[in-house]
Amino acid sequence: MTARTTPAASPAVTGEMPRIRMSKSRRNAELGLLLFAMALITAYAATVEATMLDSVTPDFWIPAALVSLVFLGLHIVIRFLAPYADPALVPAVALINGLGVAFLRRIDLGRADAADRANFPIFAGDGGRQLAWTLLAAIMAAGLLIIVRDHRIVSRYAYTLGLVGIVLVMIPAVLPSRYSEINGAKLWILIGGFSIQPGEFAKLALVSFFAYYLVRKREVLSLASRRFLGIDFPRGRDLGPVVAVWLLSLLVLVFEKDLGTALLYFGMFVVILYVATERVSWLIIGLLLFFGGATLAYSLGASIGGPFANFYDRVQIWQDPFADPYNAGYQPVQSLLGLGTGGLFGAGPGGGQPTKVPDVEDDFIFAGLGEEIGLFGLSAFLVMYLLIVERGLRAGLAVRDSFGKLLAGGLAFTLGLQVFVIVGGVSGLIPLTGQTTPFLSAGGSSLMANWLIIAMLLRISDAAGRPVTGSASAQGDGPAGPPVKLHGAPTEVIRS
Amino acid sequence: MNGPLRRAGVVVMILFGLLFANLNWVQGYKADEYRNSDFNGRVQVAEYERARGVIEVGGKALADGKVTTGELKYLRTYPFKSEFAHVVGYKPVNLAATGIEKAENEFLAGTSDRLFGDRFRDMFTGEETAGGNVVLTLSLRAQDAAVKGLANNDVGSTRGAAVAINPKTGAVQAFVSMPSFDPNPLVSHDTNAAEAAFNQLEKAKDSPLKNRVLGEVLPPGSTFKVIDTAAALENGLTPQTNIPAGPSYTAPTSGTPIRNAASSVCPESQVTLAEALRESCNTGFAQLAVRLGATKIKDKARAFGFEDESLTVGNLDGSGLPVAASRTGTIQNPDGGDDPAALAQSGIGQNNVRMTPLQGAMIAATVANGGERMRPYLVQQLLGPDRRTISTTSPKKINNPVSATVAAQLQDMMVNVVEGGTGRNARINGYTVGGKTGTAQDGGDPNDHGWFIGFVLKDGEPISAVCVLLERATAGGSAEAAKIGGDIMEAVIADGGGN
Repeated sequence: MTARTTPAASPAVTGEMPRIRMSKSRRNAELGLLLFAMALITAYAATVEATMLDSVTPDFWIPAALVSLVFLGLHIVIRFLAPYADPALVPAVALINGLGVAFLRRIDLGRADAADRANFPIFAGDGGRQLAWTLLAAIMAAGLLIIVRDHRIVSRYAYTLGLVGIVLVMIPAVLPSRYSEINGAKLWILIGGFSIQPGEFAKLALVSFFAYYLVRKREVLSLASRRFLGIDFPRGRDLGPVVAVWLLSLLVLVFEKDLGTALLYFGMFVVILYVATERVSWLIIGLLLFFGGATLAYSLGASIGGPFANFYDRVQIWQDPFADPYNAGYQPVQSLLGLGTGGLFGAGPGGGQPTKVPDVEDDFIFAGLGEEIGLFGLSAFLVMYLLIVERGLRAGLAVRDSFGKLLAGGLAFTLGLQVFVIVGGVSGLIPLTGQTTPFLSAGGSSLMANWLIIAMLLRISDAAGRPVTGSASAQGDGPAGPPVKLHGAPTEVIRS
Repeated sequence: MNGPLRRAGVVVMILFGLLFANLNWVQGYKADEYRNSDFNGRVQVAEYERARGVIEVGGKALADGKVTTGELKYLRTYPFKSEFAHVVGYKPVNLAATGIEKAENEFLAGTSDRLFGDRFRDMFTGEETAGGNVVLTLSLRAQDAAVKGLANNDVGSTRGAAVAINPKTGAVQAFVSMPSFDPNPLVSHDTNAAEAAFNQLEKAKDSPLKNRVLGEVLPPGSTFKVIDTAAALENGLTPQTNIPAGPSYTAPTSGTPIRNAASSVCPESQVTLAEALRESCNTGFAQLAVRLGATKIKDKARAFGFEDESLTVGNLDGSGLPVAASRTGTIQNPDGGDDPAALAQSGIGQNNVRMTPLQGAMIAATVANGGERMRPYLVQQLLGPDRRTISTTSPKKINNPVSATVAAQLQDMMVNVVEGGTGRNARINGYTVGGKTGTAQDGGDPNDHGWFIGFVLKDGEPISAVCVLLERATAGGSAEAAKIGGDIMEAVIADGGGN
């Protein structure tokens, strides 16, 4: 096909600028990995049917094939629009997403009557809906790649995006509970039968804004400082933005009653701030502020209750879920019991009873999976997530502009932090919060928002891997034209 | 900026490392605890996927299963309702299991190592072969006789127990605790209804859930005189030795005189040991106990099974239903020496002496079996799902509390009790029956506990030994107990018992 990789010979042998050797399109590797992922999903779907129906229906491969088609389409778009992007990202995400679709279908089968299982329609239930969301999410990811030809364009709209992000975050807080509250957390916009989690989309907007803002202010924030205990601390007046975001997080915590989202926003900001300024003091300040805020909210919840009561309750349940195993602690208890029942190897796909855990299709999907694929399976999932995050951070390392570094670093770290918050909550490491498990949980908002993040990381890694064209001529003006022949190597790219 | 970015990557790795470590904790270290947690319904659903084995006696199922359409596939049923409730126990969905259902749970559920072959085959066939079957030692007729005898007692007792064992083997032939209960509502798949039924039973009058055969410890009264007699015979006395008796006896240190049940019982100053046992002479045995000393009495009681805290009745290879320890209690002054007053009372089975009905039956069985005490058991056979024999119980001797000579003397003396003494109600035509009655005062209640321990022999071969307890019976409680004991042993004989 196109973009056959360049031979690794070339002048780089001189050892002068070894990093330029990244100028390799590895789309065939991506295709191979993607096909492997799709084979795994198909095998998983077959195992589920063999276990739950005692036979594999002739149609078992259809959902997996549809997922494969969607991602192969995305792969082709990437071939044309981001040929130098990281080849591991899309297959890793596609594997998680595809297994998520297959697992949700498995949940649907589990909830259906035994007699109806063999004929359960492909497009029904959470699994069918997730299939549709996957298609939509892939289209949005492709759309982002088409519209944003250079990630630096995003910085032009940074303030707009910042405003949009804050509005998205605040909408559920100001809406009446009736339109925004599910399970005690006000994170939603509920209209008719639809529910949107605007906070998911806010992440991308807010990270873009933070990255832009901090690229502009990094000198002030990193240089003007006072030394205390061997650490450089910023001046009081420069604390403004941090305090503002901290307050925003606390407002989220109080009005949307969600620790996870608050932790996510604040962690995201502090890390971008740290990367931008290279000052450890920001991390210390951030951690102190967060734990101080959480402790304050906890003690306020214990003494006056009100908006802090929810947070207080969650911490109480986390400390001893078995204290009230049938009411408040029911969900975490069932989650832990499910994970424990799975043990090291799990009950096998379709062999467990994940539906014992309420919300297993959403927040608790990791517990449901863990019962069936065991510690080894979940560890593989963690490795996949870690791979995605580290690949995202690597794109940040490799890209040449500061904005791109901050954007990639912030997005990748946020993704990792979100996995930590929800998996930690489900497995009892930290208090439980209402976060979705990226690419796994049922629900369109989360899936689309996270695929947008992946698209942005693809775009940045494409910029990082793109051959350097003598001078940075085409700055801020869409893609830097067709990659010209580099070092005499025949790199052919078909123009879109 | 690359330095901090790399460090952010390290932070993510640490966070994931924490997740990984915590998952190891939850899915590895705590896995068994969570898997077997009472709050975990998952294992249950899997457990109910497989037909649980049958608990049976003489080809009749005491615990069976039927297929339902619910999430839990098999519903446990107890066709005999309350008749075997305290032996078989029950296996509820959320509550704790009891009885053989609990003791043999792994075998019945099919998860026992002994059924490994079946599980291994299931892996290939994809079927769920049923669990193993448990055959009990009980006799249906003897059980019937025990249930009816206790229920129809004419001394107003509402609580009691009856147990019969084969003296030669220790196999339990009848096992009844009164009042009993129907276990079927407790195993309902509607866990709320099951819990309600359980709570109701727990609060019910006379606590029907209590297993009185193994768990009720009460003063044994005059049945304890068999122990005194055994101690005396082993210490040089003979059945013809004269012992001091009289209408009343006051121990050297205490002002409370011990009297006999009636003025016609051993008013003379000297009676033979055999005569004392036949008439159940309190003054004679009180003085005998003081003469022998607390240590000899206690040692003999211990040899017969008193103070044993670890006995279980079930499968001789493994677990069973726990038996409460019978006690002789403290018979000492604060200075460590014998307290003659307490010793005199203990000698007639009062003071702090406490005995379970099973212990009573074991005393009679040991005497009948020539002094060999066999370990009691309930599980005769374990059968695989295809009814192949997996194991058959071979009886186990525990010890010889008395020599064969002493046992023979005790047998004769106890036979006298039934033929010409207090235990006449237990006689069976054509068989040699021996025994000892007991009437135990307990607290201030005017109604005493009526006891009977006894055995039946045919041509010197023991067939059955029983213990019957009627709590808080009106006058004649022990005579009624002897009658029920005789009926139970007769039923064992009719069932071809003794084999």
